[in-house]
Amino acid sequence: MKEENVIEADQLTKTFGEFTAVNAISFEVKKGEIFGFLGANGAGKTTAMKMLIGISKPSAGKAAVAGFDVYSQPESIKKNIGYMSQRFALYDDLTVKENITFFGGIYGLSRKKLREKREQLISELGLENISNKLVGSLPLGWKQKLAFSVSLLHGPKIVFLDEPTGGVDPITRRHFWEMIYKAADQGTTIFVTTHYMDEAEYCDRVSIMVEGKIEALDTPKKLKEQFKVDSMNDVFLKLARIPSPTLPKGKGENTDCN
Amino acid sequence: MSISLNNISKSYKKLKAVQDISFDVNPGELFGLIGPDGAGKTTIFRILTTLLIPGEGTATVAGFDVVEDYKEIRNSVGYMPGRFSLYQDLTVEENLTFFATIFGTTIEENHDLIEDIYVQIEPFKNRRAGKLSGGMKQKLALCCALIHKPKVLFLDEPTTGVDPVSRKEFWEMLKRLQKKNITILVSTPYMDEAALCDRIALIQNGEILEIDTPEAIVNKFPKTIYNVGADNMYKLIQSLQKYKYLYSVFPFGEFVHYTDKRDSFEVADLRSYLEKEGLVNISIEVAQPNIEDAFMELAR
Repeated sequence: MKEENVIEADQLTKTFGEFTAVNAISFEVKKGEIFGFLGANGAGKTTAMKMLIGISKPSAGKAAVAGFDVYSQPESIKKNIGYMSQRFALYDDLTVKENITFFGGIYGLSRKKLREKREQLISELGLENISNKLVGSLPLGWKQKLAFSVSLLHGPKIVFLDEPTGGVDPITRRHFWEMIYKAADQGTTIFVTTHYMDEAEYCDRVSIMVEGKIEALDTPKKLKEQFKVDSMNDVFLKLARIPSPTLPKGKGENTDCN
Repeated sequence: MSISLNNISKSYKKLKAVQDISFDVNPGELFGLIGPDGAGKTTIFRILTTLLIPGEGTATVAGFDVVEDYKEIRNSVGYMPGRFSLYQDLTVEENLTFFATIFGTTIEENHDLIEDIYVQIEPFKNRRAGKLSGGMKQKLALCCALIHKPKVLFLDEPTTGVDPVSRKEFWEMLKRLQKKNITILVSTPYMDEAALCDRIALIQNGEILEIDTPEAIVNKFPKTIYNVGADNMYKLIQSLQKYKYLYSVFPFGEFVHYTDKRDSFEVADLRSYLEKEGLVNISIEVAQPNIEDAFMELAR
């Protein structure tokens, strides 16, 4: 594995019985890169991500994450990555402080380091007044910002974000992306899935999965040139729409989401 | 009016979920409630579908009062809640038959209404609902909400977590339903979908920020927006945030949307400032505001 690559996947495949969920995908992600991992629902994104974070064994192919092999070193992978999903990120019944302490403890931070990190994190997010409040009582946007910070507590080489901004208000969504930029600027690699196509434009490079395969992978600018369109939304529609899994051909009227 | 809300408020203990909400939806209109999680959208849906009694104010749906005439309302509306709430252990066909039967109708009677949508899930009619993919579940739920030919259709975040292709297909279905004289109230956190509605209400923290057509809301935007681009997005945002004439800066796709405090803004001033900050490949152009710009300005 070259030093600057934080993820290397080579012909990575996952089958469930006769169904091939992920079909021989190959790509590399560099240190400090913001890598967008896009695809329609059911295209195989989640299955691919599960293999990369060491919780699902591939059926075939090779992959290394943070320098560790996904077959033989999944535990080392888990220690060197951060992970945040839309559905579960923090414990609602614990306070802000307790959540930080809990996750810091899980990642094996020393007591001194944990105290430092906790204070730093609370002040950076401006949560001083509510650090003893239950996380469940916070607005979704704050929860997601806190969850992202918590996923970075142990200084991971790479952080996986699975639809981190779904349902979040537009201002907070943008603050969230400023946090992503900052983390990437400091050398953390970001691997992110999203259904907001404007967010796809914020990525350094974007891959688009269609039915288990990576059908496109490049910078947003080059993808737009390649498909001769003005936005990532149109790139996505062009690629993922044909053949449309559900809409009968020629029946839809043009109601572009722009 | 198909739907009319007059000064509706609702609190859960200390939390004010919605405060003093009033709006009307015309017959045959596709009306959007646009706002993030926690804005109060679901509370409004639950009040209008008679599942929740308002704390204050009055509301009518299809001419019926939401408190007095709740039985009539339940017969004349279709409701698709945000969370999938069909019977997971019944098949696709059984679910549909079940909903048809409780409304005293049959699948055949209103088949023309659901045909477009049902053909897409018919190949799986013997599959249990719990085993369907997300997109299929959504289509089945829409069929079940339509089976009794409702006058008003309530759709609470039907496209949340759905990819752009399926979202586009779903909105195409809504446009076709609207032509069949069904009034539709739909909520979404995706601001780009707002442009597809006849009129929208922007809502945040239980209060309505603005109600109008999407075009009118965009036209009311008070500032000139500039698309500013440079090689390093993070540095660009940081530099703009320090700029003394900054009014707002938000990332928007490959550019940021920048607005200036001054009435007379000189592109050259900003360019030379950004050059001094060490940015390269700077571009500054006037941009059209969109619903998201309007929402963020109103929510300031």
